[in-house]
Amino acid sequence: MLITNLGLLINAMLISTPPLLLAGLGSCFSERSGVVNIGIEGMMTLGAFVGAAVAYFTGNGWLGFFCGGLAGALLGLIHALVCVSMHADQTIAGTAINFIGPGFAIFLCKAVFENSSDSPALDTAAKLPKMFVGVFPAGSFGYNVISTYPVAYLSFVLVLLCWFVFFKTRFGMRLRAAGEHPEACETLGINVYVVRYICVILSGFLSGLGGAFVTLATVSQFRPAVIVGQGFIAIAAVIFGKFTPQGTLVGCLIFGFCNGIKSLLGGSNIVSPNILSMIPYVVTLLTLIFFVGAGHVPAANGKPFVRNK
Amino acid sequence: MKKKILDSNVLYILISIVLGFVFGALLLTIIGVNPAAAYGKLFNGIFGKPKFMTYSVVYGAPLILTGLSVAFSFRTGVFNIGAEGQYVVGTLAAATVGILCPLPPVIHAIVCILAAACAGAFWGWIVGLLKVKKGINEVLSYIMLNWIAFYLSNYVVNIKSIHTDQGAEATKNILSSASIKMPKAIAKLTGCGDVHWGILLAVFAAIAIWFIMTKTTFGYQLRAVGFSRTAAEYAGISSNKVFLMSMSISGLLAGIGGAIQLLGMSERIPQFAAQEGYGFQGITVALIGSTNPIGCIFSGLFYGAMKYGGNKLTVIKVPTEVVNIIMGTIIIFIAIAPVFKMLLQKASAKKEVKE
Repeated sequence: MLITNLGLLINAMLISTPPLLLAGLGSCFSERSGVVNIGIEGMMTLGAFVGAAVAYFTGNGWLGFFCGGLAGALLGLIHALVCVSMHADQTIAGTAINFIGPGFAIFLCKAVFENSSDSPALDTAAKLPKMFVGVFPAGSFGYNVISTYPVAYLSFVLVLLCWFVFFKTRFGMRLRAAGEHPEACETLGINVYVVRYICVILSGFLSGLGGAFVTLATVSQFRPAVIVGQGFIAIAAVIFGKFTPQGTLVGCLIFGFCNGIKSLLGGSNIVSPNILSMIPYVVTLLTLIFFVGAGHVPAANGKPFVRNK
Repeated sequence: MKKKILDSNVLYILISIVLGFVFGALLLTIIGVNPAAAYGKLFNGIFGKPKFMTYSVVYGAPLILTGLSVAFSFRTGVFNIGAEGQYVVGTLAAATVGILCPLPPVIHAIVCILAAACAGAFWGWIVGLLKVKKGINEVLSYIMLNWIAFYLSNYVVNIKSIHTDQGAEATKNILSSASIKMPKAIAKLTGCGDVHWGILLAVFAAIAIWFIMTKTTFGYQLRAVGFSRTAAEYAGISSNKVFLMSMSISGLLAGIGGAIQLLGMSERIPQFAAQEGYGFQGITVALIGSTNPIGCIFSGLFYGAMKYGGNKLTVIKVPTEVVNIIMGTIIIFIAIAPVFKMLLQKASAKKEVKE
């Protein structure tokens, strides 16, 4: 009984954490390189729609997933263009992305699917595949924990990879430097613009993947409310994790775990579901107040960098 | 004179708005809709009848207030992404008082609005306190408090004494004594059954904020803190105190926005499936109003009209989301306005040299 419930809890976590984690890692890249990206939410929503639409027409979940990422990357490119090349206020540009992303997603959805704001439900074959299907009996611990989406596990592996890139590679050092002191970077011959472009586009790509995961694994169709604030939660997880991949993981797991508990207790009426839903947000704030405290924000974050001629 | 026009924000904002519409027209053409027909419907839906125009103003009223809330916070160097939550606790406080505490008319409405103002201010104050005492990033606390407000509202909606017994997933309607609807005669005259006093309150608030910002010592302190905290401290301004105060006022404005929408228009709170977005729309209003309190009146009305008129697009099967895309595009152009400005000024300077 206990094992089964634990399996269910882990299963719920494996479904609700990856979108936040993918978007959160994306946000890390952008913020660490010195570009505030408040538009994660918009990038996720567009990724969610494009992922669902491509999978619906091609029947290939992986292709949909990848295209969802590309759609996010496109918004990332716009954000980079406006913020890096044109030195615009990054918060304002991000706000615009949050209008344009969901706006485009629903607009295109209506244009493609006969004026309906929901895309048709996807067949199981068109969704992201699960692994080890049929190996474990339905409802068992193994079925819940192992016979699930490989992408979910890959997103956790990605944390490790990002950590490596950030702290053990030359590119990681450059991107962190670009976020702390771009002027010093330039004197050392690092092209801050290029670094920031790469990071912002990457943040869009990862956010798009996160959004596509929601439609291709969790919900199996696009609906306007499919992302509902997950992009903002990802940003919160990143700030919580002090802009590091590993910290972001902890932040995302808090939300994933609370979501897991919620879906476990969902059926029983012991606690109001609304109070349960509130818990992750309260816990995040309390953890910050009592354990984590103030974090270091990348010093050049949000400041447009203008190269001296 | 020419230089003055080139320096002013209004020109760039108007250009941005035009470009936003041009971009929207392009999109509509691509999906095979005649943009002239769509925009015709949109503008007819806003200006076609006195009823439509009144509705546009009614839609604009809460947006002016959330826009003011964001604009005010911008001026003190804070990005109030939490207006959404402050708006929600505002509606919640107004609804609770409006449903549970019978009071004489007028007084009841005033008490409701005061309760909403306090709730919104409290929600903003928490964020300020966390920032001042613990150094916690305000963006993070704002996002958390937005969701806490969201679920709190859904929780309260389901409390027995507040939940309606009419079978809907919503609260009871507020008592009629708390309503701020205008008298029936005006409603009949304009043809808009939802016309309410909120717009007057919103305009008054905008003027009051403008006065505070530009004509009082407190406003000076606010701007000083927004400009440079350390410099303000050197000048003997207690920056923490001013900061907390400004966060609270910003929340207060969003809270009042929630109150007028509830008392004037919706009269009850439904169970939310997704955030309603008045706070996020307020960010747009503040930006289009170039964070000027008076500017927010116009941009709030503009957004309200677009929102109301945009709804009509469904009649001719045009996705209403084109409105959101237009809004987003306008903001992008406003964001890159400094580049425009530089180019235009360079061009005019060249011309002068030639002459």
